[in-house]
Amino acid sequence: MSRESLTGMGENISGGRISDSASAVRNRLSPTSGADIVGLFVALLMVLLVLDIVRRLVTGGIAYTKLLEYLWWGLRDAMYIALAAVGLSMTYSILQFANFSHGDLITTGAFGGWAAAYLVGGWGLASVGELVLVRATSGGVSPGQVGLQVFASPLAILIGMVVAGAVTVLVALAIDRLVYKRMRDQGGISMLIASVGVALALRYFLAVIFTNRKRGVTATAPDVGPFTAHELTLVIIAFALIVGLHLLLQRTKLGKSMRAMADNKDLALITGIPTERVITATWIIGAAFAGISGYLIVLDRGSVSINLGWFLLLLIFAAVILGGIGSIYGALVGSLIIGMTVNVSLIWLPSDLAKVSAFILMILILVFKPNGLLGGVETT
Amino acid sequence: MSTETVADSDGEDNAPAPMVRPSWFADIGRIAAVVAVTYVFFMGLGLLAGLNVNFIMSFLQRITFYGAVFAMGALALNLHWGYTGMFNIGVVGFMGVGVYAMSFVTASPDASPAGLGLPIPVGILVGFLAACLAGLVIALPALRVRADYFAIITLGFSEIIRLLAVSGSLRTLPGGYGTGGGSGISAPRTDSVVSWLQSKPVTGELTDGIIWAGVNLGGVPDSVMENYVYTGILIGIVILIFLLLTRIAYSPFGRVLKAIREDELAARSLGKRTDRAKVVVFVLGCGLMGLAGMLWLGKRTLVTPNHIRPIWTFYIFVALIVGGAGSNTGSVIGGFVFAAFVYDGPDFLKRVIESFYEVQSPPTIADAFVSSNPLAVIDYLVNSMDEIKYIILGLVLIVLMIKRPQGLLGHRKEIAAAVDLSRPSTPSDGANSTDESATTGSAGGESDE
Amino acid sequence: MSSADSPDLESQRDDAESVDEDASARSVDDAVLEVSNLHKRFGGIVAVDDTSFSVERGSITGLIGPNGAGKSTTFNCITGVYEPEDGSVTFDGTDITGWEPHQVANQGLVRTFQIAREFPEMTVLENMMLAPKDQLGEHLWRSVLPGARGGVVEQERELRDQAWETLEFFEIDHLAEEYAMNLSGGQRKLLDLARALQTDPEMLMLDEPMAGVNPTLEEKILDRIHALREDGYTFLIVEHDMDLIMEHCEHVIVMHQGGVLDEGTPEVIQSNEQVIEAYLGGEV
Repeated sequence: MSRESLTGMGENISGGRISDSASAVRNRLSPTSGADIVGLFVALLMVLLVLDIVRRLVTGGIAYTKLLEYLWWGLRDAMYIALAAVGLSMTYSILQFANFSHGDLITTGAFGGWAAAYLVGGWGLASVGELVLVRATSGGVSPGQVGLQVFASPLAILIGMVVAGAVTVLVALAIDRLVYKRMRDQGGISMLIASVGVALALRYFLAVIFTNRKRGVTATAPDVGPFTAHELTLVIIAFALIVGLHLLLQRTKLGKSMRAMADNKDLALITGIPTERVITATWIIGAAFAGISGYLIVLDRGSVSINLGWFLLLLIFAAVILGGIGSIYGALVGSLIIGMTVNVSLIWLPSDLAKVSAFILMILILVFKPNGLLGGVETT
Repeated sequence: MSTETVADSDGEDNAPAPMVRPSWFADIGRIAAVVAVTYVFFMGLGLLAGLNVNFIMSFLQRITFYGAVFAMGALALNLHWGYTGMFNIGVVGFMGVGVYAMSFVTASPDASPAGLGLPIPVGILVGFLAACLAGLVIALPALRVRADYFAIITLGFSEIIRLLAVSGSLRTLPGGYGTGGGSGISAPRTDSVVSWLQSKPVTGELTDGIIWAGVNLGGVPDSVMENYVYTGILIGIVILIFLLLTRIAYSPFGRVLKAIREDELAARSLGKRTDRAKVVVFVLGCGLMGLAGMLWLGKRTLVTPNHIRPIWTFYIFVALIVGGAGSNTGSVIGGFVFAAFVYDGPDFLKRVIESFYEVQSPPTIADAFVSSNPLAVIDYLVNSMDEIKYIILGLVLIVLMIKRPQGLLGHRKEIAAAVDLSRPSTPSDGANSTDESATTGSAGGESDE
Repeated sequence: MSSADSPDLESQRDDAESVDEDASARSVDDAVLEVSNLHKRFGGIVAVDDTSFSVERGSITGLIGPNGAGKSTTFNCITGVYEPEDGSVTFDGTDITGWEPHQVANQGLVRTFQIAREFPEMTVLENMMLAPKDQLGEHLWRSVLPGARGGVVEQERELRDQAWETLEFFEIDHLAEEYAMNLSGGQRKLLDLARALQTDPEMLMLDEPMAGVNPTLEEKILDRIHALREDGYTFLIVEHDMDLIMEHCEHVIVMHQGGVLDEGTPEVIQSNEQVIEAYLGGEV
């Protein structure tokens, strides 16, 4: 591998002088022959894998419907990863740190939202405490009795979703005010460590309130054609939100400011974009999406636990990195790739190793193509 | 020799005073003071609460054991992060590689999963080398990525290790070998070294003597005393690692590491082979992490993937940050303080509270609020001490990062050189002047020409 | 003038005009550094375009040019920070094209940076002690293994004495035990230069050594440079201050739009219409 593509990245591994303009620029513009070789290798591997899929389809190694199912799962996973990845990518580029507490914002949304949904949908079936804590103990009502599913209680589910977003936004803004705002001038590593602290404190704060029991939440969803109703709900709502975000970014002044800041913070500052307002907007959108993502994941999976978001965090990072940090559309593409990788790899790998393939992909990208697959050509 | 900190008496800035030579006495004194105060604190609190002496003694053993484990981890991490600026948050992955490799080597061939049945020292050596190798595999490609990317790569690596360990498909492999999946792998315990010591002539008498003293003078049960002996061995290894790191700190090699942390390109431009130094130091640190993992987890009858969750990495991080990244003394103190007050302390506190009155914890926080018992909320919180422990951990991290990012004891102060750097023939050492224009200065009588 | 280090700025020039033909490398009796037909591109932007020049052994040579002329990129190509796409760099008879920075430095060609890159949390002495090459103790085992350290300690003493001597020569020995971050900008420049000298180089490449330095200190630095030249060191200096270059260099190379526009003695340069047009504007 040529030094050319690598030298630029590491000069500041110490985190001392964070942006060395020369090396940063060189990174972006270098002809990347080393990365090309790896890219070629990966592409070759992809071709081989696709050929293998074709072979298996022809020889009956896997059923056609099985492959479709994997692809559908891939899309479904991609959608909730994407909702979360958008926020992570925006905070990464605008606040310039890797936010390890993003996963726990997802969990916050999941619990906050379902607490509201239970209160609305299960009113009178159990004590308020039991409902608000989303079945914290095993003794009380069963998910079937509360009977939350999209067709039977659409209103409760909708209210729950709105509350999921709102609660997460409030929590995120409070955390920003209490923690990150005091650290605006500190380096990315200090903020990263602080965000680990936020992640732990937030997750176990939820654990104290909701207990750390993993429990069932929703009633069984009816099937709609080959899909379950809840899967479909997840995909449709997530898609609608992403389209909404796209319109916001392209059509509004706020969206343009956000893109400008994600692209080049220093330049944006010079041009007089109101930084703090954009940061607040970033948290609002990122947190709302993360919270709703968590809420929808629970809708789809049917159960919730305090580790929900933390277990997803690294996959979300993988998606953000794949798409190129700071690129919102890149994060969407990255989510699709990660979702597909985790599920299509089931053809070759047992399910408990599927995540491993996504992490390996992430590491390869970070090492050989740190600007993401889209190569930072088209930011945002 | 303990030439103390030689401050440059300018008094400007809050820059740490440079430390010319290792100050062993001050360091040992500081560590001993912290340990003694902690012991007295918990012993006093325990006796006041009327807790069983055995319980208190085994608690003190526990915090010392975990203190030593965290100190080892923090020292190794200090080599990466504090010395060289390599931000490794995959510590537990390297620990896992070490302990799994060791278990594979030492487990009985008849066990399930099977092992090679070799002696423990061989296992430790192999585990150490395996962790080094894992470090090499990570370091070579990831040498030059940005610090935050490096962090994500190492975390990803440690998660890959954990997922591989937990995976059912590697549970049993051909030949009966394997990881044991979620139920883990079982091998002879590393603390069997204590009974081995007992079986040898000189060490046996010594060990027996210590145990006898504990049992007869302190009234501490046999098993607790054996744990004390094993903990003592760990402390010995902490001291060895401490010495190793100190030696590195005060050396030209340590100087290169420090320069890498400060500005790698500048170091390269002065002709330093920073890549080589980084690989060497990363591999060495990973080996030490593997060693810590083996001595810690090897003590258990069963090594499971549950012990290599990322949270353990963060424990070690907090230990290091509490002490102050860059400082070896800080790493040790941080490890101990973390073990005593954050990792194990809350449990002790819970026992103390429980000794005063019967905690009747309601099942949920909602029940606590509607309960007729006015103390119900407190009871609930006491009962949730396990979770509150993590909240404290998180808050400590946040507060440290906002208030004192350089840690409680501040940055590394050692002067990276193998000799005292003061002016050799010291004619005019006292003539200090920090005049901005720097036109004055000591009229160096010996400047050539 | 913020950072000519950044190719961003260099990209702002339009490189439509062709580079002057007659500015090919002159022949030098005893060239220590020869750069020929150097090319460096960033994406689609040509930063260095067919640059050739040579530096005579024992000279003080100036490299000037407007912002974005490609000076810093040329510097970075020579010292291995960037790898040129085409062309060659020969130092002291050895082809060092595309070498790593540490290899270039160990060959005896050492640079300083436009913005002094001291090691802030190391003392001035530590900064100085780092630089000498081939230190025994830079091998881990030598530094750590019991019994292997004798030679290291011995060498450390020598290096320490040498560091003090150099600090005295630059008259910053009173700052020796100060952390580098507590030094003023000008003092850092001095430290940078002193530190580079510790590597025992053949030739020093100074990237704007006077930028941000007060006049008193500037005089001092120039003084030292001349003294060192007397000792046989070669200097290549990138500078913005024209008067300074004209006064102190015996040979001047003018870069413009990625290539060499002209070179020669200060007098020749000052009388070149093109140079005046491109760089000096109406000032002279």
